[in-house]
Amino acid sequence: MTQQLLALRDLYVNFSTRRGPVEAVRGVSLSLDQGEMLGLVGESGSGKSVTGFAITRLLDAAGRITAGNILFRGQDITKISSGDFRGLHGAAMAMIFQNPRAALNPIRGIGEQIADAILAHKPISRGEARAEALELLRAVQIRDPEKRLSAYPHELSGGMCQRVMIAMAISCNPALLIADEPTTGLDVTTQKVVMDLLAGIAAERGMATILITHDLGLAARYCRRVVVMEQGRLVEEAEPKILFRAPRHPYTKRLVAASPTASSRIADLVTEEEGANYVPKPVAPKPSPAPGTPPLLEVYKLAKRFDQGTAAVADFSMAISAGESVGLVGESGSGKSTTSRMICRLIDPSEGEISFEGQSIGHIPARDFHRSPFRKAIQIVFQDPNDSLNPRFTAFDCVAHPLLRLSGMRPGDGLRQRVEECAERVGLPVELLTRFPHQLSGGQKARVGIARAIACRPRLLVLDEPTAALDVSVQAVVLQLLDRLRREDDLAFLFVSHDLNVVRMMCDRTIVLRNGHIVEQGESRALFDNPQTDYTRELVEAVPHIETGPFTTFACPPESQSIV
Amino acid sequence: MTGATLRHAGWILRGNPLTGIAAAGVFMLTLVALFGPWIVPYDPIVSDVPQALMPPSAAHLAGTDQLGRDVFSRLIVAARLDLAIAVSAVGISFAIGAVIGAICGYAGGKLDRAVGRFVDVLMAFPLFVLAMAMVAALGNRVENIVIATAIINLPFYIRFARAEVNVRRNVGWVEAARACGDSHISVVLRFLLPNVLPAMAVQMSLNLGWAILNAAGLSFIGLGVKPPTPEWGIMVAEGARFISTGKWWLVAFPGLALMLTVLCFNLLGDGVRDILDPRMRT
Repeated sequence: MTQQLLALRDLYVNFSTRRGPVEAVRGVSLSLDQGEMLGLVGESGSGKSVTGFAITRLLDAAGRITAGNILFRGQDITKISSGDFRGLHGAAMAMIFQNPRAALNPIRGIGEQIADAILAHKPISRGEARAEALELLRAVQIRDPEKRLSAYPHELSGGMCQRVMIAMAISCNPALLIADEPTTGLDVTTQKVVMDLLAGIAAERGMATILITHDLGLAARYCRRVVVMEQGRLVEEAEPKILFRAPRHPYTKRLVAASPTASSRIADLVTEEEGANYVPKPVAPKPSPAPGTPPLLEVYKLAKRFDQGTAAVADFSMAISAGESVGLVGESGSGKSTTSRMICRLIDPSEGEISFEGQSIGHIPARDFHRSPFRKAIQIVFQDPNDSLNPRFTAFDCVAHPLLRLSGMRPGDGLRQRVEECAERVGLPVELLTRFPHQLSGGQKARVGIARAIACRPRLLVLDEPTAALDVSVQAVVLQLLDRLRREDDLAFLFVSHDLNVVRMMCDRTIVLRNGHIVEQGESRALFDNPQTDYTRELVEAVPHIETGPFTTFACPPESQSIV
Repeated sequence: MTGATLRHAGWILRGNPLTGIAAAGVFMLTLVALFGPWIVPYDPIVSDVPQALMPPSAAHLAGTDQLGRDVFSRLIVAARLDLAIAVSAVGISFAIGAVIGAICGYAGGKLDRAVGRFVDVLMAFPLFVLAMAMVAALGNRVENIVIATAIINLPFYIRFARAEVNVRRNVGWVEAARACGDSHISVVLRFLLPNVLPAMAVQMSLNLGWAILNAAGLSFIGLGVKPPTPEWGIMVAEGARFISTGKWWLVAFPGLALMLTVLCFNLLGDGVRDILDPRMRT
């Protein structure tokens, strides 16, 4: 059982680009035993996916293995012809991709697509292949497999599509499965189901798996061994428990510290050396508001129905007081984005009341809200820093924009000074202000987005998954920044997120939303430590934690063994 | 920014020298259009009957026509009129079409559907015949050629701007602009339109060639420009009468001028697309 299946020896992969060759993988050596699940962890640009693609020979045209070799069952597969390699694809090694919807052919039934994968390697009739496809759909626990056989990818949810991808990948019983971020973009509960399934199938069929992921917790939960990559190099390799308790390499240390856990606090997100720079301002005891003062924001029985008549949000009531931070969590489709946009007055509610500092703002149409004096007071930070900055605006223009529009400043009167002051507050080097978004990194773009939102000194900041698109080490810095700004300005936060660990750290109170309804709300720690509803409990349990440690004693979690 | 764009343009041109040739061609054409009347060897209007219908020679590079006018000089002088018609027609349809299309793409709903159907109706006509009818109805003048050409180009700009804006209406920076206090109309005009301009520039370049052909076509059938004004379409039309007697240069040279001009604009359009496409920048 512990026979070596795959070994990389001093692998180098180069990409030729306009600025000359770029080394994406620099001297990676690792080995994988039969039936083992190995976690390959790293942030974007670490070369983890490229390593996976190099093994399966799916590098795009610009990429080339320049040195080293890849031994698969003792044979150097970098040397064999592409014809021989095709025999290996699918039959001996298979790959699962990040976005299952994009990896499936949208105009072909999923049964046909699985049958195609089988027929590519087995000399059987199409009818037999379809029968096998049906068995595979059963194996990946798709309900009503007979009906689903002729379904098209758009008729299935993201989690279902990923199961179909898994069915395709295992159709010829490969010895090696490479899963490249298989659950990124799926909800946390779906992620757990899909990963349990994958781990169960791999264990049952004795398939070796390389799990490529940016999520340390996920790797910790499912892998017995984890390797960490940084900038194309392999920096550390260990059992997850050892790796996460006592990381040796400075990069791993930083990565582990930056990964939020069930018990971490904002200040814990950096290593001790870096922590010295982050001294949170002591919170001045807030004078309790005079009795009778209305809360900063009060929402009463808010509802939103779209044209089709189905309610995206219904009966949503809440209040936020000044300086308070409230989390809004829920899975995709729970209505959290719709709610945040209604509160931000970017879209109109169908019913309900929104009042800000005691004044009703819900009745002002979103179309005219840009003229309201409250526009300044409620600002928003968007999810994806890549698409929330106008590509034709420099960073300076982006930050200056609300000042010109909302604070009535004119170019000249101290505008430059104000913009630079905002940039400094969010830790954006002033010399970067002349750059365009495509010349900035993801973290820098996130800072520009935050600087823009705080430029007019709002009272309430709606944060719509502000760190979902960021690497974990960048996320740590951005979260600390947000927390500091909140304390300094007595800002109130409505923090929308699907990441429970982040919400737990950032928010005083949390509201759990499901299908547009509030399921549960309460003080964050109490809510997560002792959830009152099944749904919240399910959500909390599905979150992979690095300190949970792996299921080392058995390769697959017990609950899935009973099903497969 | 401009430095980077120039470097990028240089990179594209190295990979695709045809774009460079086309750009040089368009540049030359512009120079000819601007300074043509001052550099031609002969007056393009005054006839010189003894010299009529001479084949190309050292004195008359492209020969002479039935009134003894130098074809080469007429070709050069005609460039200004043809280019002016095309540029103003494309400019008008771009300015109107982009704004209408962008508003429809952003607003959606009833307005979008109404404009969409109007565009469908417009496109259901044979466009050249529609242009003929418009010039005939409005009056046989050069301005009306411009208007007719602008109107038949309009549907393409409306559709194009609509599609480009529609895919961007929900991106983060549009919402961000709203949160920063911009009204809907300001989002369309100050944010979305500048972002779709590069894509529209490609369309304009391709369209210029087509507009020149259209203008030449109208004058070929006797609409718009009147003789003796030098214009490529009229020159082809007048020369066509002599083609059976072997006087090929009367038709061939203006035809060649038209073809090369259109080709240059089309090739330039493809190159502009490559230069402006951000995905090509990595």
